[in-house]
Amino acid sequence: MTLLAEKPASVLRRPPERAPYWTMRRRDQLAGWLMVAPQLAGIVAFVIVPLGLVVWYSLHEWNVLAGTFDYVGGENYQALLDDPRLGPALRATGLFSAGLVVLNLSLALFLAVLLNQKLRGTVVFRTLFFSPVVVTLVAWTIVWGFLLQDNGGINGFLDLVGIDGPNWLRGDTTAMISVIVVQLFKNVGLNMVLFLAALQGVPAELYEAARIDGASAWARFRRVTVPLISPTILLTSILTIVGSLQVFAQIAVLTQGGPGTSTTVLVYYLYQQAFQFHHFGYGATISLLLFVIVLALTVLQWRMRKRWVFHEA
Amino acid sequence: MKLKLTVYAVLLVCCVPFVFPTWWMATTSLKPVNEIFAFPPALWPRDATLDAYRQVFELQPFAQQYVNSLYIAIVVTAGTLVVSSLAGYAFARVPFRGSGVVFVIVLAGLLVPNEVTIIPLYRMFDGLGLVNTHWPLILIPILGAPSVLATFIMRQFFITLPRELEEAGRVDGLGRFGLFWQVSLPLAKPAIGAVAIFTFLHSWNLFLEPIVFLSSKEKFTIPQALTQYVDAYGGALWNVQLAAATMSALPVLIVFVLAQRQFVEGLAQAGLKG
Repeated sequence: MTLLAEKPASVLRRPPERAPYWTMRRRDQLAGWLMVAPQLAGIVAFVIVPLGLVVWYSLHEWNVLAGTFDYVGGENYQALLDDPRLGPALRATGLFSAGLVVLNLSLALFLAVLLNQKLRGTVVFRTLFFSPVVVTLVAWTIVWGFLLQDNGGINGFLDLVGIDGPNWLRGDTTAMISVIVVQLFKNVGLNMVLFLAALQGVPAELYEAARIDGASAWARFRRVTVPLISPTILLTSILTIVGSLQVFAQIAVLTQGGPGTSTTVLVYYLYQQAFQFHHFGYGATISLLLFVIVLALTVLQWRMRKRWVFHEA
Repeated sequence: MKLKLTVYAVLLVCCVPFVFPTWWMATTSLKPVNEIFAFPPALWPRDATLDAYRQVFELQPFAQQYVNSLYIAIVVTAGTLVVSSLAGYAFARVPFRGSGVVFVIVLAGLLVPNEVTIIPLYRMFDGLGLVNTHWPLILIPILGAPSVLATFIMRQFFITLPRELEEAGRVDGLGRFGLFWQVSLPLAKPAIGAVAIFTFLHSWNLFLEPIVFLSSKEKFTIPQALTQYVDAYGGALWNVQLAAATMSALPVLIVFVLAQRQFVEGLAQAGLKG
């Protein structure tokens, strides 16, 4: 009896519209964190902690073979500043990056303009120009190394037309030119398709208007095309510069940093110090320098964007 | 008409440095040793032989190395797709507290080249006893800096999907993971294709990491193995190297030619979004 009497009372006492605890909002809090958890954990474990460790290592004299790990404060930094090999390494890095960026962007834009002429068969050419991008990097480098031998294919063909080609990989300047060119043809197709996409976004009316105003082909390119694709120019230059600072396989396979130290770029020097000479502390100091350079260039370029880029995409 | 012909002529000349090396790689691998430095250079082997291909497998466990590269690239691609589509979706679609901060932390991965952290990463995996195993080549790309670009591309894609699609799914009673799996992910095929292509190529091409982490020949990946075909004096066995190089490049090239639109547009998209 009592049971029956109580039941309706308890129903009445319950708050009429109490929302469940797991609202969509709360569930999204949980779902969001679960979804980003692997990526966040990975970045902390494989990027942020290692970056901290690089700083920590750089404060130590650490010889793996000898098993020593001693705190030395700023000694590695002083040693880096005094290192007679730092100057040549920075010079090689600068030469490689500057040479590659200038050649890569010019050639990419040139090819994109050619392909944008809406001729028959441009897809075939686009495919051919792009194909080195998918060729295994080391395979591409090896065949170029073979072609660039003193008695290799390039000098063979030069000989046919009466030119006595140099021993490309054995001369300071020609070795640097060689590694730049190998990298250039490997990846210029990527920038080319980025430019092609940008060119196709330039409204035809603008060219028409410029033509009516009597602008020459070059003036149309300089005054219409370049400003309108400037966001892509900035993007490709950032991608190419940052990529060029990471060049390793080409150097390791083609020149091992030589002849002398003429192609020992910073990454290759870092590899030598850490993994060939087993100076992990000093290697970490070079890593930090590389990081600072990448960071500074990226920030600089994003700042230039405001002043230089015609409009934001 | 004259202009047209000029453009074609220029395009043809420009093709040489892009196409000739691949051609030279494949044809030289078929030449006997006495022909590879012959003068004048021949575009086609006079006495074609598969001798170099036989040596590729005799001098190193190349089949094993090929399998290593292939399975690592496949696992890395699959793992990256899982991690990046989940994270990219959450950043684009799920309103959760701290999402902005987490996004900035993750993006930091784009600013730190692998080369900068290679020393501590080596020490970490050494400490775990995982040096000379494939774990670092699998885990670092899936979870670390290389996957950030993938996450970013996925996020940019999911942001463009109209919200109404999810509203409809929600009315049908789908939870967050249901919306992701049944509504948004099936629409993300272009982004998935782009991420899959560049992740596979990135893993397939990896060179610094394998030479740092791996030391025994049966563990090697292809790029590392290619450079090991040398004679007793360290001189390159060119025809053997080029035969191995051809085997590493040709399958990817064939897939590329068959699906060149997806490759070109996918990688262009990856570049644009990055």
